[in-house]
Amino acid sequence: MLAKRIIPCMDVRDGRVVKGINFVNIKDAGDPVELAEEYNKQGADELVFLDITASSDKRDTMVNVVSEVAKKVFIPFTVGGGIRSVEDMRKILNAGADKISVNTAAVENPSLINEGALKFGSQCIVLAIDAKKNPKMKNGFEVYTYGGRKPTGIDAISWAKKGEKLGAGEILLTSMDRDGTKKGFDLELTKKISGSVNIPVIASGGVGNLEHFVEAFTKGKADAALAASIFHYKEYTVKDIKDYCRKEKVVVRE
Amino acid sequence: MIAVIDYGAGNLKSVTNALDFIKARYKVTSSAEDIKKADKIIFPGVGAFGDCVSSLKKKKIFDVLKKEIVKKPFLGICLGMQVLFESSEESSGIEGLGLFKGKVRKFQSKTLKIPQIGWNSINVMKKSELLKGVADGSYLYLVHSYYADPDDEKIVLTKTSYGIDYCSGIADGNVFGVQFHPERSGEIGLRILKNFVGLK
Repeated sequence: MLAKRIIPCMDVRDGRVVKGINFVNIKDAGDPVELAEEYNKQGADELVFLDITASSDKRDTMVNVVSEVAKKVFIPFTVGGGIRSVEDMRKILNAGADKISVNTAAVENPSLINEGALKFGSQCIVLAIDAKKNPKMKNGFEVYTYGGRKPTGIDAISWAKKGEKLGAGEILLTSMDRDGTKKGFDLELTKKISGSVNIPVIASGGVGNLEHFVEAFTKGKADAALAASIFHYKEYTVKDIKDYCRKEKVVVRE
Repeated sequence: MIAVIDYGAGNLKSVTNALDFIKARYKVTSSAEDIKKADKIIFPGVGAFGDCVSSLKKKKIFDVLKKEIVKKPFLGICLGMQVLFESSEESSGIEGLGLFKGKVRKFQSKTLKIPQIGWNSINVMKKSELLKGVADGSYLYLVHSYYADPDDEKIVLTKTSYGIDYCSGIADGNVFGVQFHPERSGEIGLRILKNFVGLK
């Protein structure tokens, strides 16, 4: 049976993994290659790197990080953050990443999804959606861009469907209401999106304990679950999560 | 030297990175001469069935491959496995290499997500050098919407369950095809590549 995936996410700034809450008190958390190797050892199914480098002239640092990780870690990994063109995608994929994720750039220019999918295949294109509850939206959730700072007036479920139609291969869904709260994934949002598209949905935002992962899969119908801080602060290892999932009869990779 | 076939469709970086990591000697190539001279062939497929066939023909290696595959250890990955068959539902009317009788079919399901993306387990159907040290039930990484359906059950090396039990690996003598990506399947994947590289 296809296993549910556990995916650690790392924020990378100027070539280093950083941790911090809402971009405040950002601290160095280590070398991306070493952390990738560590999570791989723990049994991570995939990895996500989010480039939060502020200045665009330092973007090539990320390309170097990608190529170093790709030489040493042989599980799939996704790179997101600041990807605005097919050329940006090409650089990252050629450096050895398996997938790229687009968020703001895709909202502002949806054809980017289509162009990327045609060029590199849908399996390479992850549509990242940051969504927040808003009863005024048709399905109750609104898409935000610019790292959650800008409301777009777009209904999240409609956007997910459109993204699939344009050729996205997966959806990385972050609940802004839950992000950083440790209250658990937004199961309502996750279930709604997962039920509306026929591509895998990665749940993100809000995980605080082991049960939250199980819920994301059983109640949220997610195909994968992503977390950052619980790994960085060593609250749980990937193995802890998988052991618990197995106990709760969720199929995960050994 | 291993010939890693590049027909221009995509990125072979993850395959060559894995080969570098296990210290295998290889050459990324689309030349008929290289394929003839090589002592092994790895064929990582990317893209669609029809495009792959037409690229191989355009590069004038379609017939060469057909002949050389049976002469030396061959490993087709993903589409590189599918193209060994006669045809595919992905590109109707296009003939594959036709080394094996059978068709490549699309997953049909109202409940499962297509493509299948992620780690799924293999049921090992027969003994093979390729899977030496790889436990039955091991998880490997897959990304695909189509799967090979061989006429001859005897070539089935592994089966995987996704709505149906489909053929996720084949072995016939030294000709191997795997639907999963050994270059993306962690330690177990590297083990499989090492086994292939070590074949005589």
